[in-house]
Amino acid sequence: MKYSIFSLARAALSGHKGWTRAWRDPAPKSRYDVVIIGGGGHGLATAYFLAHEYGIRNVAVLEKGWIGSGNAGRNTTIIRSNYGLPGNTGFYELSMKLWERMEQDLNYNTMVSQRGIINLYHSDAQRDAFARRGNTMRINGIDAELLNAVQIRKELPFLNYDNARFPIMGGLLQRRAGTARHDAVIWGYARAASEGGVDIIQNCEVTGFVRDANGKVTGVETTRGRIGAGKVGMAVAGSSSRVAAMAGLRLPIESHVLQAFVSEAIKPLIPGVITFGAGHFYVSQSDKGGLVFGGDLDGYNSYAQRGNMPVMEDVCEGGMAIMPMIGRVRMLRQWGGIMDMSMDGSPIIDKSPIDGLYLNAGWCYGGFKATPASGLVFAHLLARDEAHPEAALFRLDRFRRGAMIDEKGQGAQPNLH
Amino acid sequence: MRIACPFCGERENGEFTYLGDASPERPNFAVDGRESPDRVEDAFYDYVYLRDNVAGVMREYWYHGGGCRSWLVAERNTVTHEFISVTAAPGAGAASAVRAGE
Ligand SMILES: Cc1cc2nc3c(=O)[nH]c(=O)nc-3n(C[C@H](O)[C@H](O)[C@H](O)COP(=O)(O)OP(=O)(O)OC[C@H]3O[C@@H](n4cnc5c(N)ncnc54)[C@H](O)[C@@H]3O)c2cc1C
Ligand SMILES: [Zn+2]
Repeated sequence: MKYSIFSLARAALSGHKGWTRAWRDPAPKSRYDVVIIGGGGHGLATAYFLAHEYGIRNVAVLEKGWIGSGNAGRNTTIIRSNYGLPGNTGFYELSMKLWERMEQDLNYNTMVSQRGIINLYHSDAQRDAFARRGNTMRINGIDAELLNAVQIRKELPFLNYDNARFPIMGGLLQRRAGTARHDAVIWGYARAASEGGVDIIQNCEVTGFVRDANGKVTGVETTRGRIGAGKVGMAVAGSSSRVAAMAGLRLPIESHVLQAFVSEAIKPLIPGVITFGAGHFYVSQSDKGGLVFGGDLDGYNSYAQRGNMPVMEDVCEGGMAIMPMIGRVRMLRQWGGIMDMSMDGSPIIDKSPIDGLYLNAGWCYGGFKATPASGLVFAHLLARDEAHPEAALFRLDRFRRGAMIDEKGQGAQPNLH
Repeated sequence: MRIACPFCGERENGEFTYLGDASPERPNFAVDGRESPDRVEDAFYDYVYLRDNVAGVMREYWYHGGGCRSWLVAERNTVTHEFISVTAAPGAGAASAVRAGE
């Protein structure tokens, strides 16, 4: 069904009883041209672009739980393209442009809301770093504005400007950044991919790879039987090491837990996204009124999908430092998600050393904003067997070659990226 | 999550800092130029960048900065966060002291 103002009116007049399911629920076939492991945003976007951009329609997405049950459904929904390093700058801007036309492309309301992001700075050195990043963005045709404290006060009058230790000196603003409704992104891609012929198969965990005599991957073993494949693409977010290990592959990746929090709903307060530069705290307000916020990783390897108390305390302290009035607001919920933390903080989109197996991994903390571009470039790689120009630096061998994309300058220490 | 420091007893994990996997060992080649550069490069690539990243029990380094300031080696289950053992890291000051019977 094509959604429009008329379909909505028709459904309203008939008591909303006529809505049909948004995507098919087929049984797995015995073979596909391309099998994607992982029904998160990246896997589904890849399938969507394979079908609609590259004409490859005999595709399956295999998801061990339900689609969107991983990080796609656990993140804080921030989208932005304020990156400073070659490789990242162009890629995330490609993603931003795809976000801007996503609702038209998918015929689905993904609630992309370009409310702006302000990264606050609190020292001269940080201002210089932000000025440099802003300049890099503008040279590349991306919007960025460096604001001083007086200008920030106009946008965000409620912040604590009198903090003696971390005074707010200004901020880097990207007005085109914002948030999107994460579940809707999943459902929108699932619906559009399914319409393009893609089989979305839930409750289907990949438990092993099928290899031929030369070691080439020719299919996967799953909890719903063996499925043959011309090519297999992995887009399993925090599970990359575990899935790659089934093919005997070790990756430059660690799995870490990141927590997120939601408060009770309050009246509209926070216009866009605000980040605290002296510690680590970021916040936005959902359409329902809850404050959505988070901060650092818990810091140690984890597959537990739940976090611990010290980070909760640290995040709340960060919030109190810039917005003391939220001390009166109750926290409603907290959860954790497991992410791939790569050795340089940047993703890996590449052929693996094993024939027939392709990697989309290492998304660290910021992979939600990458969802549309990740799908496009991974589909390109799977369809053409060559890197998309905007993903040409996300190679697996960059660590060996010393060509890291280390946005934070932390070195090979995943929990610091 | 609470960590039982062998010197300070059980403390909350906010007192500790994590370094990472304790298994990788720094490659040790003689500096006589006889080792093939490829082998050296492979070994260092492996040591610096590649990780087993196990879902299960892992040996890892923790630093008790909010307590005795010792380096520790913990065996911990990354799926349940359960600690199996916590001992002084070999070579750390306190560990050598324990070995010396002090
Ligand atoms: C708390 C938190 C906040 C975040 N906030 C932001 C943010 O504000 N902005 C941003 O850009 N990014 C953010 N991120 C990061 C972002 O969510 C991830 O990088 C991104 O969602 C990962 O891609 P994905 O959506 O495809 O992953 P997922 O949704 O995790 O998809 C992977 C899927 O693979 C499946 N899978 C795993 N193993 C198998 C198997 N063997 N067989 C079959 N299926 C399997 C999983 O069940 C899962 O559904 C955040 C992450 C967390 C945890
Ligand atoms: Zn101690």
